[in-house]
Amino acid sequence: MEHYLSLFVRSVFIENMALSFFLGMCTFLAISKKIQAALGLGIAVIVVLVITVPANSLLYTYLLADGALAWTGIDGMEDVDLSFLGLISYIGVIAAIVQIMEMFLDKFVPALYNALGVFLPLITVNCAILGASLFMVERDYDLAESTVYGLGAGVGWALAIVALAGIREKLKYSDVPVGLQGLGITFITVGLMSLGFMSFGGIDL
Amino acid sequence: MSTKIKEVLFKPVFDENPIVLQILGICSALAVTSSLKVSVVMCIALTLVTAFSSMLISIIRKQIPGSIRIIVQMTIIASVVILVDQILKAVAYDISKQLSVFVGLIITNCIVMGRAEAYAMKNPPIASFLDGIGNGLGYSVILLILAFIRELFGAGKLFGFEIFAVVNNGGWYVPNGLLLLPPSAFFLIGLLIWALRSWKKDQVEAPDFKISPNSSEGEAV
Repeated sequence: MEHYLSLFVRSVFIENMALSFFLGMCTFLAISKKIQAALGLGIAVIVVLVITVPANSLLYTYLLADGALAWTGIDGMEDVDLSFLGLISYIGVIAAIVQIMEMFLDKFVPALYNALGVFLPLITVNCAILGASLFMVERDYDLAESTVYGLGAGVGWALAIVALAGIREKLKYSDVPVGLQGLGITFITVGLMSLGFMSFGGIDL
Repeated sequence: MSTKIKEVLFKPVFDENPIVLQILGICSALAVTSSLKVSVVMCIALTLVTAFSSMLISIIRKQIPGSIRIIVQMTIIASVVILVDQILKAVAYDISKQLSVFVGLIITNCIVMGRAEAYAMKNPPIASFLDGIGNGLGYSVILLILAFIRELFGAGKLFGFEIFAVVNNGGWYVPNGLLLLPPSAFFLIGLLIWALRSWKKDQVEAPDFKISPNSSEGEAV
């Protein structure tokens, strides 16, 4: 239990997807003008990560990894290494899950569907999602660990985007130099936030 | 014709730079730029992926049904990226280890997707190829500037060769460790945007609110 808790805390704060790995930056900067929108997107990212990371973990352990096909019992299958197909399969799984989730929400939870709106399809191309799956493979997480990791990574990303949106809402009343207006000052703000999150780096769990 | 080629190739470098104007493809720009060697490899990889995926998508653009075009584009891009990834692993294994997941993340790099959707779906293959190269160049320029500054002042080296003699090795230069840390990339891009927009005024964003000046001299007293 302790192991999972420390994995969760580590993925939220120390290895924050947005602020220490810079994943999902395009949406992170584009959709952080209003807290409401940022919160919607953050929740969508959490949900998608919690589903896709374990799904890709299963896909990797039972189909793609070196010798993973041994369970089929067919002769010669234990030597098959399909890991080069990883990228294309992960992105396929992500696109499919996002699509299914969109249809499911549309049918059964229309309120949430309307709230998330355009953010759901955008998530397919959010690199935080694919990044989490790739990190999961690189670090050899098992099914339970990857679920916790997916949840942690999602919460961390959502936390970062909501915090940035809060700062930007305040920032629009300030007198920023002309050339730095908009995107420029946002970058500097994110840099300072990232510097702040680095202070978690020394924590050893 | 030649002016058109020139325009397709060089417009994305300064006038419509994918990173600083369109905020596309920033993730990798920040993460890999602490060393110049790795950045060069990343730039070449991204430029080739953008160019070839745009060309391939443009060849079959009339056959792709509108409703599933995103998935078709994704598949083509992912295949090209797998190719690049495998070649990198075979030729430059050390660098491919250093780039870790970022080669794979070219798939979700918005520059590639954006060019496929905005340009390759409407234009012939050769023009799309050039457009891909041009946008790759725009991305590379920013990446190389960042990597140059970060490696030179952060570690006193360029491409791993010592330029400034560092204090630890008995030299005179005290390296600025902050530049090797992730947040410095944000500051540098922010300043780069500021510089570019001071030069090309039309890229400046209008402020949401205007601060009104003090209305009369006596008010402040």
